[in-house]
This record gives sequence, C-alpha cells and structure tokens, in this order.
Amino acid sequence: MIPTAFDYQRATSLDDAIGRLTAAGGGAKLLAGGHSLVPLMKLRLSEPKTLVDIGRLKELADVREKDGAIQIGAATTHHEIATSALLKGQCPMLAEAAGEIGDQQVRNRGTLGGSLAHADPAADYPAVMLALDAEIHVKGPNGWRKIRAADFFQNLFTVDLGPNEIIAGVQFAPMRSGAYAKLHQRASHFAIVGVASALELDGGTIRSARVGLTGASTHGVRLTPVEQALAGKPATTETIAAAAQIAGADLETVNSDIHASEEYRRAMIPVFTKRALEAALARR
Amino acid sequence: MATTPTPVLPKLVGARIKRREDPRLIQGRATYVDDLKIAGMHHLAFKRSDIAHGRITSIDVSAAKDMEGVEAVFTGTQLVDLIPPMPVGTPYRTPEHRALATDTVRYAGEPVAVVVARDRYLARDAADAIVVTYDPLPAVVDPELAMTGKPALVHEGFPNNLLLDSIPGGTGAAGGSVDDSAIDKAFAAAEVVISQRMVNHRLAPNAMETRGVVAHFEAGKGTMTIWSSTQNPHVLRSIIAAMFGMGQDQVRAVAPEVGGGFGAKINVYGEELVAAALSRKLELPLKWIEDRSEAFVATIHGRDVIGYVDLAAKRDGTVLGLKLRLIADVGAYNMLFTAMIPTLTMLMANATYDIPAIRVRLSEVFTNKTPTDAYRGAGRPEATYFVERAMDLLARELGMEPADVRRKNFIKPGQFPYQTQMGAVYDSGDYEKALDHALKVANWEQMKRERDAARAEGRVVGIGLAMYVEVCGLGPSFLLPTGGWEHAQVTVERDGRISATTGASPHGQGNETTFAQMLADQFGVPIEHITIHHGDTAVAKQGIGTFGSRSQAVGGAAIHLAGGKVKTKMARFAAALLEAHEDDIVFENGLVSVAGAPASGKSFAEVASYAYVPVPLPQGLEPGLSEEAFFEPANATYPFGCHISMLEIDRDTGEPKLLKLVAVDDAGHLVNPLIVEGQIHGGLAQGIGQAMIEEVVYNEDGQLVTGSFMDYAMPRASDFPMFELNNTVTPTPVNPLGAKGVGEAGTLGSTPCIVSAAVDALSPFGVKHIDMMLRPEKLWRVIQGGQA
Repeated sequence: MIPTAFDYQRATSLDDAIGRLTAAGGGAKLLAGGHSLVPLMKLRLSEPKTLVDIGRLKELADVREKDGAIQIGAATTHHEIATSALLKGQCPMLAEAAGEIGDQQVRNRGTLGGSLAHADPAADYPAVMLALDAEIHVKGPNGWRKIRAADFFQNLFTVDLGPNEIIAGVQFAPMRSGAYAKLHQRASHFAIVGVASALELDGGTIRSARVGLTGASTHGVRLTPVEQALAGKPATTETIAAAAQIAGADLETVNSDIHASEEYRRAMIPVFTKRALEAALARR
Repeated sequence: MATTPTPVLPKLVGARIKRREDPRLIQGRATYVDDLKIAGMHHLAFKRSDIAHGRITSIDVSAAKDMEGVEAVFTGTQLVDLIPPMPVGTPYRTPEHRALATDTVRYAGEPVAVVVARDRYLARDAADAIVVTYDPLPAVVDPELAMTGKPALVHEGFPNNLLLDSIPGGTGAAGGSVDDSAIDKAFAAAEVVISQRMVNHRLAPNAMETRGVVAHFEAGKGTMTIWSSTQNPHVLRSIIAAMFGMGQDQVRAVAPEVGGGFGAKINVYGEELVAAALSRKLELPLKWIEDRSEAFVATIHGRDVIGYVDLAAKRDGTVLGLKLRLIADVGAYNMLFTAMIPTLTMLMANATYDIPAIRVRLSEVFTNKTPTDAYRGAGRPEATYFVERAMDLLARELGMEPADVRRKNFIKPGQFPYQTQMGAVYDSGDYEKALDHALKVANWEQMKRERDAARAEGRVVGIGLAMYVEVCGLGPSFLLPTGGWEHAQVTVERDGRISATTGASPHGQGNETTFAQMLADQFGVPIEHITIHHGDTAVAKQGIGTFGSRSQAVGGAAIHLAGGKVKTKMARFAAALLEAHEDDIVFENGLVSVAGAPASGKSFAEVASYAYVPVPLPQGLEPGLSEEAFFEPANATYPFGCHISMLEIDRDTGEPKLLKLVAVDDAGHLVNPLIVEGQIHGGLAQGIGQAMIEEVVYNEDGQLVTGSFMDYAMPRASDFPMFELNNTVTPTPVNPLGAKGVGEAGTLGSTPCIVSAAVDALSPFGVKHIDMMLRPEKLWRVIQGGQA
C-alpha cells in the first residue's frame, strides 16, 4: 500500500495538461479524483513517473445545458452528478447511477472522466453513456475528437483514447424516460450487473430503446436484441417483460468471480434489464 | 452564615453522558502510534511470502542492501539468535514459530525478511527488491481433509495436522477419563434427534487503525520503550522483557490511542519482536506501520470452526443431550491464545439451557492460512451459533414456537449459581425474563402477522430469535495465564483534582468516561475534575488489559476499591480538620462536611491541600492521598440476552435485507447506558456482518481471495435498520459494581437469529438450515430450487 516515488504536477489548463502529458513521453498519468489510479499505485500495479493533476481545472468541472444538449465536464464528481438538479430533471438515470457508485467518500472524490477513462468492467457510467448514446469529448495534441460511447468502450480497461489525449467531458440529449438498475457487489459496491435503459416514446408506443449493460463482460455493451424487441411495440410492462427475457442471451462470455458465478450473472441480466425498463417507463 | 450556595452535582453512575474521549478522536487531535516521531527513527518493511506453503530455496537481498538509505536487511535465519521463538500462552505442545520464517513458509503473507531504512517508502522499495525463490509444497486448505494428513503436513511432528486432537469435555469427562454412559443414555431415550453440520466461517478483524509499533532501545540507560497498537501493554511489556532477557523494570510499553482491537490486538506479533530486537541491535528507534493489505494477511483472523451438532430431545421439546464435534481451522501457527479460543466454545456449550448430558470433542487443525486467535466474542459466538441453530432446528422439527422450545429448557433463576456440564459456574441469570421482554419489545406476534402478510404477497420474509449467554469479566486468575485481576491507583491531587490509573487499556470502551463517572459520584466532585490515565506501563504500574468484556467489570471494580481507600483516608484528614468522627464525614457537591451540617464543611480542595501539608499531622496517618487496589473477581460473569430479527430476501436476486433487529441484553448494572448501547451497536454490526456480508475466502492454492475492501465487505451503517435496544438488569454478585460486561454481546445473539430468520424465510422452499454468510447467489439458488 506504499506507491513508488513519483513527481506531482498541477495543470493550469486543459492544454497545459496535454502539454505535460506529451512532454512526459508516456511516463505520466492523469490524476483527478484518484479513486481508480491511487489504489493501483498503492498496490504497485501502476507505477507512473509523473502525475498531472487535472482535478482542479474549472473548465472541466461543470454540468450545463447548451443548445438543447447536456454537457458534463470530466472532473465533475459523482456526488455533483448525483445531486445535480439539472440532471435529476433532464436525465434522472445518470444522477441515479452516480448516486449508487461506491459510498459517499468515493462519490465526493471520484470523477466522471476518471471512471470513463479507467473503464472498469464493473463501473456504472459505461452502461449509462451507452444508453444515452453520449458523445465523449476528448482533446489531444491534434485537437478535439468526439467519440460515440458505443465506439469508446473497446475492451477490458481499454477505451478509444490516445496516449496524450484527455477526456474533457461528455455530451448527450436530455433523456427523461431512462433509468438505471444495479445489483451491488456488497464489498466494493461496483456493479455485478448494471443496466441503463432509455426509451424514446411516441404516445403509447416505444419508438426506440437503448439499453446499456455493465458488469457482465469485459466492457460496457449495448443489448441490441433487447432494443430491437422493444422498438415499435406498445409501451407496456408486457412488452418489457418479453424483451427483458432475452437480455444477455447473445453474450458469448460473462464474468465469474467469488461474488457472482457466470450462471448467476447471466440470470441477473434479464432481472435488472426488466427493472431498468420498468422504471424508465414509469418516468415518461 | 450561609455562603454562596453550592451547586448540586447530579449522580452520574447510570447517566447517559457522552464519551469524554470522543471529541479528540473525531477531530483528529489524538496521538496514534503512527503519529510518533523520534530523532533518528528508521522504518521497517517486511518481505512476505506470496505463496501459501513452500520451502525457501534462496533469498537474494543484495539489491535491497545496496539501495541508498537502507541501513540493514535481515532474513529469518539471521534473526534466529536475536529473537527467541514466538510466545505461546497455552500449555499445549506447539510447533516452533519464528518471527520471520527460516526454511519453510506456511501461509501467504508470512514474513521472510525485513528491511531497515531511512524512510517508509524506501523501506518498501527495498523490500520489493528482495528476491525469494521457493520450492512449493501442496497447500493445506480444507481442515477436514487436513485431519487425514492430506494433502501435506503443515508442521513436521504434528501428524494429521492436529494441534489438539479430539479433546473431550462435558458430562463424564474429567481428569483424563471419559465416561460416555450418560450421553449414550440421553440419545437412547431420545424421541427426536437433530443432526446438522454447521460452519462458523472465518473473519478478518479489520480495526480501523492497523497495527503499528515503535521500539526505542536506549543503550545508555539499558531500557526499552515500545509503543504499540495493543489492547494489553502490560502483557506486551512482560513478554518483551522475558524474551530479550531484560527486567520488567527496564521495559516500558505504551499503547497510545488504539483505533480498535476487537481481540486481534491481544496477540503479541512477530513485527513487535523484530522491532524491539533490531532497535537494540542497531541502537536505532524503529517504526513499523502495517498497511491494509498486510492487515488482511498478517493480523490474526477469527472464528473458522466447523460444528457437527446432534441434539437429543423428547417430542415435548425437552432436550436430553447434546453432542458437539468441533473442528477449528487455526491456520498455520499457534499464536498467543490461538489454542484457547475454541476451548471457550466448548466451555459455553450449555448455552442458556439445563441440558442433562453434553459431550463436546474439539480438534484444532493446522492449515496454510493466516493464524486465528481472539476476535470479538472469541469462541462464544461459535457456541451460541451452533446451539441456537440446533434449538431452532428442533423447534421447526417439532412444530413448536422457537421461544417455547427454549423456555422449556432454560436454566431457572433459582438454579444460580449454576454449575454447567462444561465446568462453568454461571453467576446469575434470568433467561425467561430476557426472552419475554424481547418478545414484548419486538412484538413477536405482530412480526408473525407481518411475515405472513408479506408471504401472501409473494415476498420471501422470515423472523428469527436467539438466546445467548457468554463468559465475560475475565478472570479470575485461574482462567488466564496473565492473571485475571485488574489494577487501579486513585490519587486526590494537592489541588483537589483526581487522577486515576487503570491497567485496563481501553481502546473504544469509553472507560475514561465510565471510570470518571464512578469517581465523581464516589467523591462528590465534578467529572471535569477527574482524569483517567491508561495504556502506559510507566503510568499504570500494573495491569492485564482490555479483552473478554472485562474492562468495566474488573477494571471498574479496581477503580472503585482504590477510590474507596483514598476516600477513607481523606475522611480521616477531614475529621481532624472538622473536629468530627471520620464515620460522620460525607462527600458531596464538592464539599467534605459533617453529615447533616454542610455549612460547616470544607471544600474538597481544602481537605486535599491539608492532606499534603498536614500541619498538624493527624495521629496514625501518612501524608498524601493516593491508594492502589488490585481487584480479583470471585468468578467470571455470564451476561445474556435475546436477539430477534426480521429479514427479507429478494425473490429475483437473492439479496437479503435486514428489516428489523431487536436486542435485549442483560449486562447487570450499567454505569453509562449510552456507552453500553454504543458497544452493542458495534457488536451487532460485526455479528450482522458475519451473518450477512463478511467472509474470508481462500482459494485451493491457499491464496486469500478477499484481501482488500474491494472483495471483503465491511458492514456500513447503510447495511442496517435502526437497532431497537432494550435491557433487563440481573446484577452479578462477583464484583462490587454488579456489572457484567457488554463489549462482545452484540456478536452473539445476532448471527443465529439472522440465520434463523433467513431459514424461516426460505422454509417454504424446503430449507431447514443454511450456512452463513448469506450470499445473494446462495439464497437465489435455494429459491430457484437448487442446493443451499
């Protein structure tokens, strides 16, 4: 629990941080809330030479509505997201998911950008970002890139982010009829299974649905067969029950550990898909 | 003439006053071991085995030694001459255990080398630079397989891995002979026999403050001071002195603030011995602070006992006999009290019942895991769990109310003091009163209606009940190799304030408050004028320590006795001043006066001042007001109670949720009910934790799978409902306070009552027993019709 020696630098701006990352030639890591990185450093599983602190950059810490879209800065803490009046009104699913991360101490320090970049297979945000079809905004030495969530999460702890790129924030359209449902791992309070669902409703019909899953496999994925089973159907609990039944059936591999076997996890995917969809429908 | 009216001081014993020690603790203004700094202090880091079992084939320390700032590196073999084998507090034959492994490692986390370096970071870097190679041996993980000698022996010379082999206890077992006729007769006469294998699984204590030590050998004086996060500095002092050939006058042990012990800080650990030995050898002050990853593997674990329970009864619920086969997985080594803890499970096999015949057989088995030792409850929760679950199985088998089958078998109030089949003498008790009170407080009949209504809605809800009795207030001295007394010194200072020392070394028990409450009443002075000193062998001259729910019952009684001696002497000084008889002197509201004439009195400070400048000196008195007392209890105490719970299991996910927990505890007279409730809350948290979310898990290679808080679930406040506490009062006759001790109570009743509630909830699925802890997946499988 004692990290190796490292240099600490505090960035003064996003561009300054990019410059410091580039100058370090791969030896630097970004520090924001430190709730993924610092435990790894204490276990000596990560031994960066330099930490570039972006946790205090004001340009990265904000939840705002702009041109009909919602933007959240990467250094916004889970607690700020969980308690944001804007999000509770315009995107309750995200506030709900943030409020179920870890415990209060973790939520006070951990940040949205840090969690997205780390891409723990059991983190909560990937499911929500997928269900929101959010854009991840990243900036690097060559300027800005906007990446759809479905393209961003690639594999175990692997995202579409270059070595000197930084997540600046996310952007998505408001989504009121969305919900997140999660089976907590009782020690870490990561998700054994977490499902985020967003329903586009057209009167009594589900025009389209997006369903994101976390915890079950290497990285967050969309439950496309469920989405297809919902699209164009009446917005009823019967539709949801039928669609939820097939949730996860197409997944080739599902995680297994002491907290939940593969069999149990597979059984929980439909349970939490149904819960998330029912809660989303109740919010229309 | 009337002077300024004296404020009337309220009686404090029995009052719910807040802990005086809390403000400094919660404001970060307290001093823990890691806060200590001594000029020239160096730091230790340990290289630990990353395999569970193997022979050390090589240790290369060259890279570590060459690092700038590294003072020294030692391997196990290099310390053999410096440090004698680890201390053992039980009389059984025991394998040699060294502070650092010499040729064989026997659990993952066992230290094999130590670095002394300028700072803590450097020490860690150097320890990581040590390269150890092993010739792996098969890991011994399953204790029942280990008892057949497979897959390997943990220690040569201990065939079948047995530390203790089938030690018999109970009816007809005494003085080495065993007569099974009574127990055989009981089972022959049985109309119903309950047989169940149960597991009381392994836990990691996880005090908020990990262990830590600073050792400072001062060569010029030839003295050693050792600061340690320990529950019993006097025991540590005696052991350090004996091991290093020093006098007890030459060793001072200090427990500064201690951030939780839970039994795990009774033990004297190898790291303490290494720090002391190397401080003397290198003439450097040395510090070691355990990190959390180390705490999971290097601090003792608790519980881990398999119980095969057979209960013989008549169909009316009368219990005729109990057989209990105990198999304790003690891990890799026999630590200070390792072997003793499961014997407390034996001792308490009678539980609260008048059982005519009991046979217990205990085996203690070595495995390649972290050693076990005392953990809050220490042997008694295991006994409570096995017997109470068996009583519940009996009730279910007979279709009786769980309360009725217990009521049928209770030891009755008129039977105390009660000699059990296991050799204990229960001091006092009224179990039916506690049961009835709990049923009333919980509103058991209403709980049943609520459960049935929930079931009708398709919910999976159950209720459970458990009795407990534990052995607390340890000694007397024949029970403990350390001695079973406690020591106190009370001094009325020259200015009329009061200092008291206690050998009990509280670390969360609130004795700075409760002892001051007692002295405030005894001397009729404000509590603000009283300071309780503890945790330093140079200040508290003698002591045993705080464990086994003893600090109030034994330490408090010593304070009471010492205070009484000072008061008697002070009355004689006052009698001289007031020209009255000492028997007529009263102490109240800050005055010392003649009974019935408070206006004639002197202030407490005036009398104190006179005692230190006694002109004239009353005949037969020495100057000063300072007296000490040793209190040796006549017996241990046996507090008891009844816990009731209601639990719901999510039908879809198997997640259990505790809906209600009622605890009725009887700890005799309470000095401070608020502190008592805090102690019960903490105990409940750990009992509920064991039942519901805490479990140490090893894999087949002997690797600890739950080695961090990411995988080992520590209970959080959000895991609990509001606890509903209540109590009955049955004083003990074994100490002058009538107090029994309450530190561990919460861990006893809560676990079986919660498991019984889970079994009740799952009974529609055909379940009769389910082992802790209540993993959602396990419960889900039951609901799905699979196996428990």
